[in-house]
Amino acid sequence: MGVEYINEVPAEKYPALGLKHEDFLWLLRKMCEMRKFEEQVEKLFFEGQLIGPCHLYLGQEAVAAGIVKALDKEDFIISTYRGHGHAIARDVPLEALMAELFGRKTGTCKGLGGSMHSATSVEHNILLASAIVGGGIPIAVGVGLALQYRKQRWIVAVFFGDGAVNTGAFHEALNLAAVWRLPVLFVCENNFYAFSVPHKKSFAGESIAARASSYGIKAFLADGNDVIAVYLSGKKAIEHIRGGNGPAFIECRTYRKKGHGVYDKAEYRPKEEVQEWMKKDPIERFANNLMRLGIITKDEFEALNTEIERALDACVEKAKAAPYLDFDELWKLVYAKEVAHHG
Amino acid sequence: MVREMSYAEALNEALREEMERDDRIIVFGEDVGVFGGVYKVTKGLLEKFGPERVRDTPISEAAIVGAAIGAALAGLRPVAEIMYMDFITIAMDQLVTHAAKIRFMSGGQVSLPMVVRTQYSLGRVHGCQHSQFLASWFLNVPGLKVVLPGTPKDAKGLLKSAIRSDDPVLFVESGVLYSWKGPVPEGEYLIPIGQADVKRRGSDLTIVAFSRTVREALAAADRLSAEDIDAEVVDLMTLNPMDVKTLVNSVKKTNRLLVADDSTKTGGISAEIISRIVEEAFDYLDAPPVRVNSPDLPVPFAQPLENQYLVNADKICEAARRLVR
Repeated sequence: MGVEYINEVPAEKYPALGLKHEDFLWLLRKMCEMRKFEEQVEKLFFEGQLIGPCHLYLGQEAVAAGIVKALDKEDFIISTYRGHGHAIARDVPLEALMAELFGRKTGTCKGLGGSMHSATSVEHNILLASAIVGGGIPIAVGVGLALQYRKQRWIVAVFFGDGAVNTGAFHEALNLAAVWRLPVLFVCENNFYAFSVPHKKSFAGESIAARASSYGIKAFLADGNDVIAVYLSGKKAIEHIRGGNGPAFIECRTYRKKGHGVYDKAEYRPKEEVQEWMKKDPIERFANNLMRLGIITKDEFEALNTEIERALDACVEKAKAAPYLDFDELWKLVYAKEVAHHG
Repeated sequence: MVREMSYAEALNEALREEMERDDRIIVFGEDVGVFGGVYKVTKGLLEKFGPERVRDTPISEAAIVGAAIGAALAGLRPVAEIMYMDFITIAMDQLVTHAAKIRFMSGGQVSLPMVVRTQYSLGRVHGCQHSQFLASWFLNVPGLKVVLPGTPKDAKGLLKSAIRSDDPVLFVESGVLYSWKGPVPEGEYLIPIGQADVKRRGSDLTIVAFSRTVREALAAADRLSAEDIDAEVVDLMTLNPMDVKTLVNSVKKTNRLLVADDSTKTGGISAEIISRIVEEAFDYLDAPPVRVNSPDLPVPFAQPLENQYLVNADKICEAARRLVR
């Protein structure tokens, strides 16, 4: 089974995609929300207002927006510690997300998860955001198993990075999903660095997509900095899965604007490489296309960003004013029913 | 009516009854389907419930436990099998860092009604990679329930409770007990998780045992009674959450504590039990508590060496005599 390539889609092809203006605008808005959210978060960390591990989605916005657009709301998502973008694409309220980063009880996880688990929102069918590289992949296989057993039409999409494809869990999970023909969409956000180690120094083989394909899984390799290419790969992959043909895999090639974690300056990346990728900023690219097509004006785009910034400022103020959970409440969240404890 | 039934048959009956009752229960693991499980605990389930509900998996322990987590998150009640407890190490990330944490770290958004069944084959001449009793590791894993049945009756009643639990349960069976027959009541019954059981009443000392050592402790108590030593045997049954209250009440009565534990001695389950008793019933102790453990060695293969390695009724009797002297 070969790998299907989905390259950048030029603006002149947009009218033939079957997408309405509101769809394009939704994609742009979501990406802008992710960008502005992360910029705000980065600032709060540098000011010392936020603490703890945090992994920004800056530069990868097209992946979450494109995939979530291709999914139905009822489809499940398994996310990661770099999950703010997934949550924002699924309309998890920015206020709850921000409150979680501040550790407040009004957060998505009552302040018990922090940034790395903040995308978890069962209400939005995001069942888990795992902070273990590759850890969510076998769990998605189990969600797929339940969906297949219940004969439901919904699927599960699991996000992970290029680092995860070298874990044992990845291989066990892909094999099992393929053997059982489960409705799982594997989405690899290949940002070319597992923390500081470049992809080419840690990965053997032709491509991540080709590796997936070797398990007999339908695999796509998409331009992960083009939201339309990601969306189209998602549509094709999901059609394959809903057709009862088993799992599908998308390698989205993208790039972090910043480091692995919020404090990482990413000095291990060659300057020329960074510069090349920065020319392919997913939001600039898409916004320019929409402006060229007259779907949005420059003023409207600027107004959109200002509106989001204002909303985020309000989220921060609300989060900072919110209380923490009482310590005694923790005992009630370990088991379904609180058990006698001994301190 | 009470029947004689083996520990493996009792477990099989628990699975059958629960699967008949609730179609959300599915069973999967290595060789659990066509082969019926290497120790026949899942025998006949594939024929009765079909391949959608009873699935053979690849040799992929992380994916087995991960799939159980995902299935539970999506509304099923999976029972996964890890063939030997030694193999649980391959699934530790899924079990410890995912299953035990997901409810908590999500702020209580989700439940994980799942069981991971496994067994340890200490006492069966299986060598050091197929005999490990690693239950003590899970003392440090809040969020996971750990159940250790020591009799056929308890095996059935506890497995049924584990399947109905809304929390992840690590269900540790003793391989050496699979063929052991004992009384099992007819009809539906459940044995609650989190409660220890006084298996034998006595007044001179408390012997705490669990899993394989329960049978050894009961045999020891019989022998000790011929020597006018009246031992109480308390079966812990659940490691986590631990029923400290029942242990404390027993020690308050007998004033002496012996723990029979298949864990290697250093940092074993017995260490925790003794700490609890020292914390909560120190003034009631007439003698320092005693533990009978596996030695701090890997399990030797040769049968005479393994026999010397094992906690058994002889060693328990000897320790009990010293304790009451």
